[in-house]
Amino acid sequence: MTTTYVLRGVRPLGGDPADVVLAGGVIADVAAPGAASVTDRDAAGAPVDVVEIDATDHVLLPGLVDLHTHLREPGREDAETVASGTRAAAAGGFTAVHAMANTSPVADTAGVVEQVWRLGQEAGWVDVHPIGAVTVGLGGERLAELGAMADSAARVRVFSDDGKCVHDPILMRRALEYVKAFDGVVAQHAQEPRLTEGAQMNEGVVSAEIGLAGWPAVAEEAIIARDVLLAEHVGSRLHVCHLSTAGSVEIVRWAKGRGIDVTAEVTPHHLILTDDLARTYDPTYKVNPPLRTAADVEAVRAGLADGTIDIVATDHAPHTREDKDCEWGAAAFGMTGLETALAVVQDTMVDTGRMTWSDVARVLSSAPARIGRIDTGAAPQGRPLEVGEPANVVLVDPSATRTVDARAQATASGNTPFAGRELPGRVVATFLRGRATVLDGAPVAAPAGSSAGAPTRGGHR
Amino acid sequence: MKHLLSTADLSKDDALLLLDTSAQMAATQSREIKKLPTLRGRTVVNLFYEDSTRTRISFETAAKRLSADVINFSAKGSSVSKGESLKDTALTLHAMGADAVVVRHWASGAPAQLAHAGWLDAAVLNAGDGTHMHPTQALLDAFTIRRHLVGLRGGGADRDGVGSDLAGLKVAIVGDVLHSRVARANVRLLHTLGAQVTLVSPPTLLPVGVEAWPCRTSYDLDATLADWQPDAVMMLRVQRERMSGGSGAFFPSPLEYTRYFGLDGRRLALLPEHAIVLHPGPMNRGLEISAEAADSDRAVIVEQVANGVAVRMAALYLLLAHTEAAHTEGTSL
Amino acid sequence: MSTGTGMPGTPEGTTVLGASDVARALTRIAHEIVERAKGAQDVVLLGIPTRGVTLAVRLAERLAAIDPAFDPARDVGELDVTMYRDDLRRQPTRAVGVTRLPEAGIEGKTVVLVDDVLYSGRTIRAALDAIGDLGRPRAVRLAALVDRGHRELPIRPDFVGKNLPTATSESVRVRLAEVDGEDAVVISGRAADAPGAAERGEATR
Ligand SMILES: [Zn+2]
Repeated sequence: MTTTYVLRGVRPLGGDPADVVLAGGVIADVAAPGAASVTDRDAAGAPVDVVEIDATDHVLLPGLVDLHTHLREPGREDAETVASGTRAAAAGGFTAVHAMANTSPVADTAGVVEQVWRLGQEAGWVDVHPIGAVTVGLGGERLAELGAMADSAARVRVFSDDGKCVHDPILMRRALEYVKAFDGVVAQHAQEPRLTEGAQMNEGVVSAEIGLAGWPAVAEEAIIARDVLLAEHVGSRLHVCHLSTAGSVEIVRWAKGRGIDVTAEVTPHHLILTDDLARTYDPTYKVNPPLRTAADVEAVRAGLADGTIDIVATDHAPHTREDKDCEWGAAAFGMTGLETALAVVQDTMVDTGRMTWSDVARVLSSAPARIGRIDTGAAPQGRPLEVGEPANVVLVDPSATRTVDARAQATASGNTPFAGRELPGRVVATFLRGRATVLDGAPVAAPAGSSAGAPTRGGHR
Repeated sequence: MKHLLSTADLSKDDALLLLDTSAQMAATQSREIKKLPTLRGRTVVNLFYEDSTRTRISFETAAKRLSADVINFSAKGSSVSKGESLKDTALTLHAMGADAVVVRHWASGAPAQLAHAGWLDAAVLNAGDGTHMHPTQALLDAFTIRRHLVGLRGGGADRDGVGSDLAGLKVAIVGDVLHSRVARANVRLLHTLGAQVTLVSPPTLLPVGVEAWPCRTSYDLDATLADWQPDAVMMLRVQRERMSGGSGAFFPSPLEYTRYFGLDGRRLALLPEHAIVLHPGPMNRGLEISAEAADSDRAVIVEQVANGVAVRMAALYLLLAHTEAAHTEGTSL
Repeated sequence: MSTGTGMPGTPEGTTVLGASDVARALTRIAHEIVERAKGAQDVVLLGIPTRGVTLAVRLAERLAAIDPAFDPARDVGELDVTMYRDDLRRQPTRAVGVTRLPEAGIEGKTVVLVDDVLYSGRTIRAALDAIGDLGRPRAVRLAALVDRGHRELPIRPDFVGKNLPTATSESVRVRLAEVDGEDAVVISGRAADAPGAAERGEATR
């Protein structure tokens, strides 16, 4: 039996209270409080359960879409699996994630991307959209079979060597051009490799003092500058992953002003944490790109608020204890983020008055869905909260606060930089096409075979 | 203070207590019987992830002169080289009942992690970590500078300058500052003790962010020596790998480095009469320092080695002689 | 607080020896040292910091007055015993003091150790160990201004200014003009004042 959910008194996008009905996998009604029409029969006349949720003062957002998630499967199932990572995503309010290609084997063939896509379907927590590698084995030398991945069941539209930079300019040009054929996008991890050999943290006052090899801002900015010009020259679109410096914001702002088709993302951690944390030598704070200065944090917040930065993406990067419980210099780069992203955005952007909940829906749902080209098709994401749209929604209690407990998280890894930190807001419920994946703040195990409704079509261009 | 991790953590009183205690330790080392019973029954572990026979022997000598039991745990021929994690090694040392761990590590911050991660409760002495800190080297340098430029030169009764800081003294530190834990440790300590510091280096070997350090910088060794007239010149070792690496090399050639930043007889003559020359060793003769400079009577390089033992005895004494419980109601160190 | 034992009281305790008592005691000790050593020509004094050093300097003046063969500039030193103590772990960190041997050395000499208060004997034990590492005197003697009893080791003074029966809960402090601005021996901790004072630093001798 299917379930109809009635969200009473909820504030869609933080606006006026309404009753929202989720039935038959779609938003069935949005009505004045108390005025929602609810039936206990579905369209075919079969009986349904009706669950009423008192959502007074809760905010309703479209299901969040992450353009940058590392699910680690295949290859590093000890750090995360598609199942554990997508469960964490649902707990964080996401209904779709893009899985990065730096797995083992690398997602550089139709076979691997289809495997990840199928694992996502089986897990059923969120829609998993594999990202394809730009180059074979992330080697930076030969283009991977981008067309085959685009044509596969996974319908790959985003390509990235994330973790590595596509640093060869001619290879980058070719990739930008090639993906135009299927409306793809290259998501660049902007890191000039020679300028960052052995680099451990942001290069500046703190690195000079604590003796960790510096990672200059210019290593990021130089690549972004080159790539926006390449994108302009070949008339392709470019996405900039995890932009982290004030200079990068300036370059993207300039490029957009010039009409270049570039989009940019910032991670939650770059919105709130600074390189001062490296003074602890706690490898939890070791991340790529590195945490930057307070001035950079302010610049990325301003860039996000004025639309220069299009989206927030988590760069959720789970790592095992062994890879983090060691010397800073030996530790892996990365931090988890799926379960704290919305809270950090609320803390840094909403509670500070710099963005509305409607803006949050844009940067965490509609814009990333559009960049990934998953806003249309059989199972669209990032859609408006309107009647008839798929019931991909997240219910948030913005007035709650919580102290982050690494061990209580759904992700299989413990490398959250926010452990012990109090963050605002709580994901109360997440719905994937009308089915609750999270209720009362806790993930709800999907009934077996419940992934029906997710995209299952084969190739199409 | 439970650990000695960084000279940046030392107050002026801490630093003076370390130096004054070093002076008393040095006095015991001119006796026929050099061994003291002070740390009998205490266990000091030398945990060396990097080869440094000199530093290890210095710490080992210091610990043995204080009657501590010494265990050497070096990267060669032990589990450390077989990929055992720092954490597991720390847990092992804890189980062995180490009272102090002297750690030399290639990774900046490893001693701080050992001290603060909760893996063991021993006192941690940083014997050099990555490109971060080398506090006992800075202390022995300061001790040597104080003895020569405050104690002996002051002509007072006390040849070690006990009780005195380094106010008014000028120290030039010359060479590869970027990769030097010795430079970082010295800048902080010398500043705390009231000395002025000028770092002299090619621009490629000064870190971005050096402007926040409490010192001046210069690219011109001749001008610094002739115009600033330092009381002490500290020559840093230049690692050979810094000049290879093709386009990534930090300077064009050894010859050019020596021409601009090497200390030789001509540059020695620019210094004031009383100025001394230090080098943390081992020296690259003919690269950062000429044989003439290294062997001149201005050079106190051999004495630095002897003072190193006294300084390390002082550090071990001050960290280990008391219990932590007694310590909390006691002095700051 | 003073408990009115008939002696003049101070806020910190009861004064049991005044300035003239201290002076008389030192003069008597000086005479006894010369008498015992049959002259002062081979005697050297080693004061134990802090107040033992001051007392040694005062004794040296008196010895020189009795026997001109004794040279205060040559025959007095100081002996820091910190690094030989067996109670380091129970105490806050002690600053290591100066050890300065007499110019004449201690080899073959009669060394008189000078301390202010003799108590458990542990300081003297440490001093004997330290002397053993420094050389081989012909004899080692012990002079103390006050012996308050409660020995924990088989150690006894050769020269005593005053025997002062005390309770272990009490603390005895020797005050000297050079260090403290006046000469006096003060007992505190009688009745219940200053609990724990006997556990701290200088008061433990
Ligand atoms: Zn990346």
